[in-house]
Amino acid sequence: MTIRTVRNLRRTCQVIFFLIFIWLILKTNFEVNFTPTDAAEIRLPYPVSIALQFDPLVALATLLANGTLYKGLLWSLVILIPTIFLGRFFCGWVCPLGSLNQWISEIPSERLRRKDDRKMESNRYKKYQRIKYYILFLFLGAALVGTLQIGLLDPLALLARSIGTVLLPMIHAGTSGLLGWVKSFGITPVSSSAQAIYNIIAALLLPFRMVHFHAILTIGFLFAVVLVLNRVFTRFWCRGICPLGAMLGIFSRFAIFGLQKNESTCDQCHQCLLSCQGADNPDVGSVWRQSECHLCLNCQASCPTGSLKFKFFPNRKTSQTNPPGTQKVDVSRRKAIASVAGGLALLPLFRSGDAFEVNANPLLIRPPGSVPESDFLARCIRCGQCMRVCPNNALHPTLLESGLEGIWTPILIPRIGYCEPTCTLCGQVCPTGAISELTLKEKVGDKQTPPNRIGTAFVNRGRCLPCAMAIPCIVCEEWCPTSPKAIYLEERTVYDRQGNMVTVRRPHVDPDLCTGCGACEYACPVVGKSAIYVTSVGESRSPDNQILLQKKGTKHDVTRTGT
Amino acid sequence: MERREFIKKTGQALALAAVTGGTGLLFHNRQVSHYASVVAKTSDFTVAPDSSLPRIALAKNSDPIAALNYALDAVGGIRRFIRPGERVTIKPNIAWDRTPAQAATTNPHLVGEMVRQCLSAGAAEVIVTDISCNDPRRCFIRSGIRQEAEKAGARVILPAEDDFVQINLEGELLTIWPVLKHFVFTDRLINMPIVKQHSLCACTLGMKNFYGILGGRRNQLHQQIDQSIVDLAGFCRPTLTVVDATRVLLRGGPQGGSLDDVAVENSVICATDQVAADSRATEFLGLKAENVGHIVLAEKAGLGKIDYRSIGYKEVG
Repeated sequence: MTIRTVRNLRRTCQVIFFLIFIWLILKTNFEVNFTPTDAAEIRLPYPVSIALQFDPLVALATLLANGTLYKGLLWSLVILIPTIFLGRFFCGWVCPLGSLNQWISEIPSERLRRKDDRKMESNRYKKYQRIKYYILFLFLGAALVGTLQIGLLDPLALLARSIGTVLLPMIHAGTSGLLGWVKSFGITPVSSSAQAIYNIIAALLLPFRMVHFHAILTIGFLFAVVLVLNRVFTRFWCRGICPLGAMLGIFSRFAIFGLQKNESTCDQCHQCLLSCQGADNPDVGSVWRQSECHLCLNCQASCPTGSLKFKFFPNRKTSQTNPPGTQKVDVSRRKAIASVAGGLALLPLFRSGDAFEVNANPLLIRPPGSVPESDFLARCIRCGQCMRVCPNNALHPTLLESGLEGIWTPILIPRIGYCEPTCTLCGQVCPTGAISELTLKEKVGDKQTPPNRIGTAFVNRGRCLPCAMAIPCIVCEEWCPTSPKAIYLEERTVYDRQGNMVTVRRPHVDPDLCTGCGACEYACPVVGKSAIYVTSVGESRSPDNQILLQKKGTKHDVTRTGT
Repeated sequence: MERREFIKKTGQALALAAVTGGTGLLFHNRQVSHYASVVAKTSDFTVAPDSSLPRIALAKNSDPIAALNYALDAVGGIRRFIRPGERVTIKPNIAWDRTPAQAATTNPHLVGEMVRQCLSAGAAEVIVTDISCNDPRRCFIRSGIRQEAEKAGARVILPAEDDFVQINLEGELLTIWPVLKHFVFTDRLINMPIVKQHSLCACTLGMKNFYGILGGRRNQLHQQIDQSIVDLAGFCRPTLTVVDATRVLLRGGPQGGSLDDVAVENSVICATDQVAADSRATEFLGLKAENVGHIVLAEKAGLGKIDYRSIGYKEVG
């Protein structure tokens, strides 16, 4: 097999893994295929979060933060163990964000047409490439004390989140808006062909109904910055920022596979530097850096004299004109320690503020089955899979609802969508167990088992029509899905402004029965601020966030929260 | 500066100035329409009355399909209502994500049988649809209706945003509302409600079932629930009302959930008078139609008779 064949193989791999990743996100969707029997539990047909479970950084950071490797995270060893022997093959061959960065970097531009020293120099190893290691150490330090921030910059979580909550909804809104505009001209053949094109796009990419997510501007902004930086520096993200790349770089410390340079045949044409993706100094005359190399093999393929070869146990002997390659990571010990220390300090920084427990936002309603908040923040990688799979568009990325510590973690906003009582999809897709997987019985409960509760509804009597305006309504009671209904009615005879006697039924919430699903808040006809609203109090996951002295069905799991 | 250059540059500037000013003047205070056009369409699908036949029949049989067939034959048989080549829309209650046993949605076997009947009478197409409250994908499947109706040969449609038309219902209260087009652009409409308790209007029966043809802010209809039901029933005049009283939801309606709230009645009503159908159906809930606001109002509006025995009520099966 020639080196060019291997390079084509690498390119094919990149496309395939990218498409698999996208396909998995597209399949993170409520697929309508279940049998309508009494015990029908809707399960996703594919393990849609599997890509995230192959992520060694997610595995390591969640292991540090909560002490377990959840479900499929053991798969990450499939990436990590070969990396120990081979180096960062994941970055060059597998990573979908890496491939996307590379493709965007390669779009022709004035910068890329340069064949001179400036391009060569831009592909040399630079000091800024150390930043990713310090980011990694910072996040690992934070994980060690139980605040998982890795999801902000983990490439797979970042890509899944950006595509799922920003890019695909944008495509939906954009294409349907365009379709409406084209149709507004009323030219039948144009309208119908536009509809046909739209139908194809919809079948490929779009979910059943259009979703609208909270706080997506911040997610979209970060994603745009990551992508645009490729136009300034080739694969800037992969070289300088990516904490997963840094981790894999560190794990390639003892790699037995690497680049061997033959200085006697090299004619110093520097073709290798022009095509280098990792900026790892493949040229004869400088120190090749194993920890930066993506194993893209461009250097070997572009070398006209055959002086560069990737092989097992490369000769690392020094010579006068060619220093040996190094497997050492270019970080200063002092700065590494400082980064870890900074990470350790993040926890007291976050938790000495009031957002965590002292003055926690009552509207922070976590998905059903979520673990207690401190554990939740040690598990959630903000991949957005729960938000994407939620059939009611109920789950959203937070902005500051759970403090800066929990930015982009899921929050349920009942006004946009309520929690479907018989749905357990968010727990099924969560790759780290921040949302535990509930069975249908655990979710809805039965005579022995209490239901899973995410909050409690309250009536705002100043806005409620029968309470404040002598107008009949009780849509909330109609929608209440528990049996018997958590909303009960009090019949009252009241007088309207003209003095007419009106009989109304006023809603009351029974906190023993309310699960906080938010169907009432969703359906409330009082436009704007709903006349019935849900707060997190009463949630099953917390022994403290309770109103009632002894609420039936709350697991007082003392060991887990450490109180 | 040369003269040529002077003319050229000034000309360009003047042209741009003219376009800019012209655009401003052209769009100044322009009236922009924000409202979708209103489609004029009535929704009367009734057949001519036949005094030799009862206008309402109730059949009791442990086999729901047999019950439907007995009741249907008693009011004249399917061929009285469906002519060959007609397009039929069936409106079951598919509002909630509930199983058939929970009695919040119409019996799927009745819907399937109705589809088969229509097709056997030569209907060109039978559409089964509803605007659900819960996620329609769940409701249509969980209720068993999608499966049974498709098996019987119907086209089951999950409403999409484009499927709505703005229609003037010309009611006392309801005027222009978005209506699912399949309920108006059709030849025959068969209403297939299920009998359920409702805390505000006492019961959810045939006329209340027409809430499910509306899009928009229909949750505001509760504020004048009786009048809005009557307005809808006055607009939607179904060819036939088939009331599913095989299981009846006595409490916790209209969504139910607990099997303890369900009574098995094994009955099906077929009626060409929708007020009579609702009137008879209230008895399953232990109600008197004279005490149910919207049924009384509907009779006053001339939509039908509460005293169903006066129009040739027949019990069969």
